[in-house]
Amino acid sequence: MSERLPKPTSLWEYANPRRFMALSGFLLPFVAVGTAAALLIGLIWGFFFTPDDYRQGSTVKIIYIHVPSAMVAINAWLMMLVASLIWLIRRHHVSALAAKAAAPVGATMTLIALATGAIWGQPMWGTWWAWDPRLTSFLVLFLFYLGYMALWAAIENDDTAAELTSVLCIVGSVFAVLSRYALVFWNQGLHQGASLSLDKEENVSDVFYWPLLFCLAGFVGFFILLILVRTRTEVRARRMKALQARERMA
Amino acid sequence: MIALLKRDLALAIRAGGGFGLALAFFLIVVTLTPFAVGPDSATLATIAAGILWLGALLSCLLSLDRILALDFEDGSLELLATAPIPLEGVATIKAFAHWLTTGLPLTLAAPVLGVLLHLPTDGFFWLTLSLAIGTPALSVIGTFGAALTVGLKRGGLLLSLIVLPLYVPTLIFGAEVARRGTQGMSADTPLALLAGITLATVALLPFASAAAIRINLR
Repeated sequence: MSERLPKPTSLWEYANPRRFMALSGFLLPFVAVGTAAALLIGLIWGFFFTPDDYRQGSTVKIIYIHVPSAMVAINAWLMMLVASLIWLIRRHHVSALAAKAAAPVGATMTLIALATGAIWGQPMWGTWWAWDPRLTSFLVLFLFYLGYMALWAAIENDDTAAELTSVLCIVGSVFAVLSRYALVFWNQGLHQGASLSLDKEENVSDVFYWPLLFCLAGFVGFFILLILVRTRTEVRARRMKALQARERMA
Repeated sequence: MIALLKRDLALAIRAGGGFGLALAFFLIVVTLTPFAVGPDSATLATIAAGILWLGALLSCLLSLDRILALDFEDGSLELLATAPIPLEGVATIKAFAHWLTTGLPLTLAAPVLGVLLHLPTDGFFWLTLSLAIGTPALSVIGTFGAALTVGLKRGGLLLSLIVLPLYVPTLIFGAEVARRGTQGMSADTPLALLAGITLATVALLPFASAAAIRINLR
């Protein structure tokens, strides 16, 4: 990696693994520091310097983990969809590897959102679980993640695996959206509506809003950080495989 | 294409397994249900429609890996891929043959098994109708799952893990039709949505299945 690469002229040039490794290696410390700062500010502010809600008491503070993890859980799938499309259309290996890297992170975030929701729901709704459309669609989303990861793990040839999981991701996205609306039709909701929208009159109170924004930024940064690290690991694993193959040939 | 359909049907019926197995499995699921929830006929009547839908869905799942695996093993799938008919057409015919040998018998068997579960009288028509409209979607989605996993040594369990989440919307609307029909409510809306899912999957998913088969044959 000693020789200098010419200056990139287009965003797509970062699809070159060497360029990706150089750029991501450069960005990694900044993302890490930014993420740590946002998370620390958001969580400490949220947990210790906001008032208790007059009805929910201190359980309201779980919002600082629940909402960001739920947001990342959904957007991780969206990112996988975009990465899969890029792989199928433009055949950039880094893209396929990034999609692979995102799946376990997304699945974990889904689990965190479900678990924190259950912990909050027990004292507030009086139940750990309800077959509410939002809760159920998250459970279904988790199943989609499981199937996607299992398919990656089951296929030996890397390129075939990338192709097939991309096809599954695209078809799965359609069905995930379909399931979401089917579930709304299927049962009445217990979960409250969105309270962070930019265009709504009534949002969550400002005292909770600002630390929550920091937490959201922190979780998104954390997601990007994990994706970069995991994608770099995948790229290196590929390189090792190639080197070993070359050694066997020699 | 008709020749291919005839061949697949003949293979499914004569080669044993696939054809009767799904029906037998359906019967067993229905038989086991009262053992699990108790023989009380009022309880059974309320869950009958749902159990029958779930049973049909699981029986359908059972024979999915046969859709393409045998053809993949003996190489005829490669011949089909190079044949003059498009692979999308092959995928459609395969799904259709699967529906004729599992979905249709399951639909016809469901009312009979409904008697065992004390399905209310109003429910028979709606259950059969919802299964008749919904099971083609199950076969088409299943063919897509089979296409994804056809190259794998032990794809059976993985196939279920991939296909079952995709079955969610079909099951929701299908069981909703049967449930509302059983309770004497209007079932028009879920019926229209169920038909919409079936038509959309039949129209679009064969393209995804064919793409997956092509990737696996490469």
